[in-house]
Amino acid sequence: MLELENLTVSIEGKVLLEKINLHIAMGETHMLFGENGSGKTSLLMAIMGIGKYKVESGRIVYKGEDITHMPAYERARKGIGIMFQRPPTIRGLKVEQILEIIDHNGEDPEKLAAELNFTDFLDRDLNLGFSGGEIKRAELLQLLAQDPDLVLLDEPESGVDLVNINVIGNAIRKLLQKDRHRRREKAGLIITHSGFILDYVEADRGCVLANKTIWCAGNPHELIEGIREHGYHECLTCERAQDFQKHLDEL
Amino acid sequence: MSDTKRKAEEAKGKVARYGPDIDLGEYTVNAPSYPEQELGKIDVVDEERLLNAGVDLSGKERSGSFIQVDSSVLHAKPTQEGIEVMSTRKALDEYPWLGEYLWNLVRVDTDKYTARAELDFQDGYFVRALPGAKSVFPVQACLYLKAEDVSQNVHNIIIAEEGSELHIITGCATDSPESRGLHIGVSEFYIKKNAKVTFSMIHNWSANIAVRPRSAIRIEEGGVFINNYVSLHPVESLQLYPSAYLVGRGATVRFNSILLAPPGSHLDVGSKAVLSAPEARCEMIARALSTGGYIAARGLMVGEVEGIKAHMECQGMILEGEGEIHAIPELDGKVAGVDMSHEAAVGKIAQEEVEYLMARGLTEEEAVSTIVRGFMHVDIEGLPPVLKEQIDHAIELSEESLF
Repeated sequence: MLELENLTVSIEGKVLLEKINLHIAMGETHMLFGENGSGKTSLLMAIMGIGKYKVESGRIVYKGEDITHMPAYERARKGIGIMFQRPPTIRGLKVEQILEIIDHNGEDPEKLAAELNFTDFLDRDLNLGFSGGEIKRAELLQLLAQDPDLVLLDEPESGVDLVNINVIGNAIRKLLQKDRHRRREKAGLIITHSGFILDYVEADRGCVLANKTIWCAGNPHELIEGIREHGYHECLTCERAQDFQKHLDEL
Repeated sequence: MSDTKRKAEEAKGKVARYGPDIDLGEYTVNAPSYPEQELGKIDVVDEERLLNAGVDLSGKERSGSFIQVDSSVLHAKPTQEGIEVMSTRKALDEYPWLGEYLWNLVRVDTDKYTARAELDFQDGYFVRALPGAKSVFPVQACLYLKAEDVSQNVHNIIIAEEGSELHIITGCATDSPESRGLHIGVSEFYIKKNAKVTFSMIHNWSANIAVRPRSAIRIEEGGVFINNYVSLHPVESLQLYPSAYLVGRGATVRFNSILLAPPGSHLDVGSKAVLSAPEARCEMIARALSTGGYIAARGLMVGEVEGIKAHMECQGMILEGEGEIHAIPELDGKVAGVDMSHEAAVGKIAQEEVEYLMARGLTEEEAVSTIVRGFMHVDIEGLPPVLKEQIDHAIELSEESLF
């Protein structure tokens, strides 16, 4: 579904990501781990095609098509959807209105909002005065309306209270068709700093972003356990990561 | 000569405090006159231009209508019991007491425009809700400029008697987008005990029209006045600064302004509220959008007694080009225990917002249009649905010319 080939990304002339290679097959969910400031969000923004994230070299291939230089709205229309970590407030635009604008399946906004305990917010200005958890639910609600094939989530669990983490987990599982065991048509790339979301959403693979690149990859549970135990700084000297890098070089 | 006339004579050359000065000699007060007509049979106005200013000549869903073209009153009738609609001249004849209400809140010698409204008085409207009467639908008042280079000088009196409720929609329009003229409108509002008035003014002027309204509002105990002002079309020069005097306990005023200045338009729009009774409340909200024109968004709130509460908010957006927005919020607290605040921001459209919506599948143009529509949208509490529709319609029309 998604191929990143030697992707190098800069912002205002400064290289943030270098030679990123990533393959996400249809039906798969990948977790992206990494320290604050390691470039996780930049990678998602570059995949989405947000303007200031410039692809210096390499390619982004989505469903076999090179989308490296495609504007964000075309990527969205082709089925890529993103949950922003810090979305802007849009005054005067009601949550209900944005759902009507982006809704592809003609689903009732009320019904979708009910799934996220969010019906009371439908007549509110988008993100205006929302708490951290409310922002997450507003973002997921828009994704439910958009129903993308490739779901990019930026720290979906951060700032969410215990009551709502289940609600959010359910919405993500729905987006990624986790109830299906075969013929799953969706794929996901989920940023997590804490790995907490793994308790609610099963993932196929995990990768660690460090030194501006995919530094290590493997079983997401094993990776997060190692990170929890030793911290991200240990990743830089870990043998496993070095083997992974060597393996990449050989390729 | 009466005292009022003498004062007006003395103020004939008095330059207004704000806005570009206008040479009144360029505008005639002699326009062709038109006879009175029934609402459905008025044929000297452009119906569509009126409709875009919120005036529906079918009179459907209205509690009364007033139509004035240049200096002629064509129609003035209420359709609901308890609501009075007539020309100011006729009302002055009918009610000897009304003289007390004239030039009582607005001073005749404020400037050359108020002076002209007295010296070349050309009628205007009188709308009154009798005690306890509640208008089901809004009363519509239309002031229309038809002749070239004419100056329309009206004086309006609005009275909401005790416990009454009145909605008024005033639509101002010109006969064609090229018409040249001057509109001077003096309006004095009296909101009596526990009465409520919403006054919505939609301006659909044209690029060669100068506009100088002069309004003041007196609000008694428990009275509420909500002023919605919408100007989304090109206008050569517009300057207004309505003043509200909150004299009774718990009196409330709200000013909502939605302004758009295309290239060549000069808008100087402000509002003033003097809160001189306990528990008085004031809120001013302005949205100013420049696509190349000039907007001064003024606001002055004066807190004279303890326990008043007042807030002002001005958001300005300059879309592109040489536009200018000058936000001038002023707070004047005269005693301890007043609660007054303001927030003002002027900026361009945020790229971050555009890209956010693009990530949801909107093109750049669609994203900008959605953001601008949201920006111009102000939640106005207590607005009858028909008025909300008119304001939304005016915003939609302006969008068509924007994108």
